[in-house]
Amino acid sequence: MRFGVLRFPGSCDDVDAQLAASRVGGAVLLWHGDRDLQGVDAVIVPGGFSYGDYLRAGAIARFSPVMESVIEFAGGGGLVLGICNGFQVLCEAHLLPGALLPNANRRFTFRQLDLAVERTDTAFTGACEPGETLSIPAKHAWGRYYADEATLDALEADGQVVLRYLPAQNYNGSLRDIAGVCNAAGNVFGLMPHPEHAVDALTGSTDGLRIFESMRLAVEGARA
Amino acid sequence: MPRARVLVRPKEGILDPQGVAVERALPALGFAGVANVHVGRLIELDVDDPAQLEEMSRRLLANPLIEDYEIELLDGGSG
Amino acid sequence: MPEAAALPTVEDALALGLTRAEYELVCEKQGGPPNQVELAMYSLLWSEHCAYKHSKRLLATLPTEGPHVLMGPGENAGAVDVGGGLACAFKVESHNHPSAVEPFQGAATGVGGILRDIFAIGARPVAVLDSLRFGEVEASERSRYLLDHAVGGIGHYGNSIGVPTVGGEVYFEGPYEQNCLVNAMALGLGEHGRLMRSAAAGVGNVLVLYGASTGRDGIGGASVLASAELGEADEDKRPTVQVGDPFEEKKLLECSLELLERGLIVSLQDLGAAGLTSSASEMASKGEVGIDLDVAKVPLREPGMEPFEIMVSESQERMLCVVEPRRVDEVLALCEKWEVGGAAIGEVTATRRMRVFDGDRLVGDMPVQALVDDCPLYDLQPERPPAQIYPAPVATMPAGADARDALLALVGSPNIASRRPLFEQYDAIVQSRTVRRPEEADAAVLALPDGSALAVSIDGNGRRVAADPYRGAIGVVLECASNLACAGAEPLGTTNNLNFGNPEKPHIAWQLAEVVRGIGDACRALEAPIVGGNVSLYNEGAAGPIYPTPVIGMVGRMPEAAAAGRLGFAREGDAIALAGPFRPDLEASELAKLRGEPLPESLPDVDIAAVRAAQAAIREAVREGHLASAHDIAEGGLAVALAECCLAGGIGATVDLGDEDGDVWTRLFGESPGGFIVSGVPDALAHLAERVALDVIGVVGGGALGIAVAGERLDVALDDLRAAHGALGRFFP
Repeated sequence: MRFGVLRFPGSCDDVDAQLAASRVGGAVLLWHGDRDLQGVDAVIVPGGFSYGDYLRAGAIARFSPVMESVIEFAGGGGLVLGICNGFQVLCEAHLLPGALLPNANRRFTFRQLDLAVERTDTAFTGACEPGETLSIPAKHAWGRYYADEATLDALEADGQVVLRYLPAQNYNGSLRDIAGVCNAAGNVFGLMPHPEHAVDALTGSTDGLRIFESMRLAVEGARA
Repeated sequence: MPRARVLVRPKEGILDPQGVAVERALPALGFAGVANVHVGRLIELDVDDPAQLEEMSRRLLANPLIEDYEIELLDGGSG
Repeated sequence: MPEAAALPTVEDALALGLTRAEYELVCEKQGGPPNQVELAMYSLLWSEHCAYKHSKRLLATLPTEGPHVLMGPGENAGAVDVGGGLACAFKVESHNHPSAVEPFQGAATGVGGILRDIFAIGARPVAVLDSLRFGEVEASERSRYLLDHAVGGIGHYGNSIGVPTVGGEVYFEGPYEQNCLVNAMALGLGEHGRLMRSAAAGVGNVLVLYGASTGRDGIGGASVLASAELGEADEDKRPTVQVGDPFEEKKLLECSLELLERGLIVSLQDLGAAGLTSSASEMASKGEVGIDLDVAKVPLREPGMEPFEIMVSESQERMLCVVEPRRVDEVLALCEKWEVGGAAIGEVTATRRMRVFDGDRLVGDMPVQALVDDCPLYDLQPERPPAQIYPAPVATMPAGADARDALLALVGSPNIASRRPLFEQYDAIVQSRTVRRPEEADAAVLALPDGSALAVSIDGNGRRVAADPYRGAIGVVLECASNLACAGAEPLGTTNNLNFGNPEKPHIAWQLAEVVRGIGDACRALEAPIVGGNVSLYNEGAAGPIYPTPVIGMVGRMPEAAAAGRLGFAREGDAIALAGPFRPDLEASELAKLRGEPLPESLPDVDIAAVRAAQAAIREAVREGHLASAHDIAEGGLAVALAECCLAGGIGATVDLGDEDGDVWTRLFGESPGGFIVSGVPDALAHLAERVALDVIGVVGGGALGIAVAGERLDVALDDLRAAHGALGRFFP
């Protein structure tokens, strides 16, 4: 199992994602200017401030050469995980529905959150137990998930809402407390909280490992 | 070379906390009678072919899901 | 021969901050009156901020050597050996005057500047801490504004560049109203033998400037802002404030580290105060060489900049390196990969002169030694003031308050209340090293690859130092080391930022001399040498000087990251003990401040050796895993420390301090170095009692904090404590 973690100018949690993923499989960094995905089994678009969040978070990164390959990879069913800034990039690239707006509380906020797992039959949550909550930190200024009412209704109906904030913890004001969504095909998933920062008991919770584990299970299951 | 200005605004109906913050701050400074404040973005550029502005705005300068944009061609420009 | 057109006059020199005598000395060194470029460069390099004119002699008395020291004062940052072949580089710096004018950018560029100092020596920045001081935030809209925006600026810069802000402190006192303090500390990790020095070397080598383009930011900033007291109308200083771009610096950081890793450069220096002037001159001075610079080759952001403007510009996010000619193309190619501008702008010469060209025209020619080393140094004229120079704080607690009221007032006071509304605006976990986040332990703890960990704390106390500069300074150093001990770490080295008023005034000079004496004695006793630091003087205005404020940053190490201490009570039934040579006193305490009491003429003596021994005992107990919690008693005394342990652990406690003699108020709220609250199973505390004075005072449990003392009792529900503790939330709407 090999993960590829994209690296843009301004990516901050790229190495963190690589470290987390390497607890589950191999993990390489993929430079933004290079179209070669090096045959990885899954792509991670990491957190940070790609291109300084200039214009809109993720707006410039989504046009990079490597993203052209990622869009093709996703079109062919490849697994793509977008974390925080990565989620923003995937929405800008239209690989995921909706958009991320500035937090309702107007400030960058870092907090350990409890996320409700809505579906355990996705490639990203297959290793989770039904009804469990994952303790995962969030740290962002632009994390309010938005889509129009019709889109939100469709997401709910199609089971594309994968993770939700507990209502009392939803500091960014995401509509319907949506913390993470997947595309209709279920192979692309984005979330604002950072699972790569919840993989080591020494530095916090280990609940984030479930997401990387799930991806490994999905890839190995597809091979079998 | 023609110069253009693209104004990008948050779509109506989407919570605009920056606009709300400004709307609250103005009375505190003594300005009454202010309502419906929205904060957007301004992009100005010299452009050879103004016909491309529409696509530029749609693909990069604005996110049509959450923003409206308005293109203005300015008199003068450079050169 | 430099251009002779329109030479500046002595009046120009005075306007730039030089004294008449200094100007005459410059003329002597130059063999005639300096031209515009030369005068601009001398005025900056001979400013207080760059030359440390009033403090250098005093700073030379500080201890700077030790078995762990790899790099002492004088380089971009200091560094200590942390084992496993790794070095930890660290330093603290101030950005006080710019932050008073534009707090968001002032604080942001303060963080940017200290980060550049770290990666300039080849260490990857791994943490930031900040120490902030403002006026009374409940009374002053200006101080609320400064607080909000300074925190915003620190978060903006640190978060964007991917370096976690893992700790810090903030205090509010009247004397900082007109002169706020923003001190930023950074740590980095690098390999031992590969730390980079800044001395330029190799005649014929090329100087490459890379990073952001050069504009008019901060022109004249160093001498205009940092060497003068702030007056009424400082709006016009705004154009000289620098604007930072953390995205640019992130690219600069990665480019610099890759240049170093690939061995492409000979030496490296960042551009900070006084821009190219100080960087190039200091590189030449350290290397005992000369430098020829062509300003026409510097990439500019603004058209029509004059040579002197280019030399003194403080545009951020720029680095200067020395490169062998055969490697210049590779260096420029790497700059292009990371999308940072790069340009060859000069070369190293054997002339020992700094020569500035504009294309073919020579526009400035100065001996390097005169610029960097021959600035006159001044002896302070210290004189102890006959009486306390600071007014008493304004009382904020009603006269009839009982102990319970006082505890809630203290827990809810701006100097003690939870800093969560601040630190939640900072990313404390990027880079995956953070073992203890803010409010989890007395120090931040960062894991190292071999399973050991670093602990780091930043501390200061202006009011107690104002009461007694010598003993107050000792107290600050001891508190920093106590915080490290509670996390389980032993100090390796120290950095200090001295924030003072005008040193030309004898009573400020006395404060400075006494504080440096205190820091020196304490660091020597703790074997935690000073590896670098910063001095910020002239922090005073019409309303008077700031409290003398030494800010101490200390880095320590522990062998097992997993054993790092915590400050919160953990388990129902754990015993609670007061440990250490704690001799509480109400003078200059937070309670005394809330009561509006004047500052005392002195503080009690401190038994440094006893405190040191207590720190060692606590540290060992934490490392052995015997203690559930350990917390240094600081502001607010014992009762506040107990409240903090309850709040951090989310659990109450029942404590009985007994009926011995001593004023109840002093026993509950008195302050002194050397007091610790620890908790654990009774056996663990008995074991610790063999190594340090220790009294078991209570037990963990319940939903309230109850303290019995001399027949009286105070009880506060955890919910009430928590509500009071959240007092700072309303300043961040």
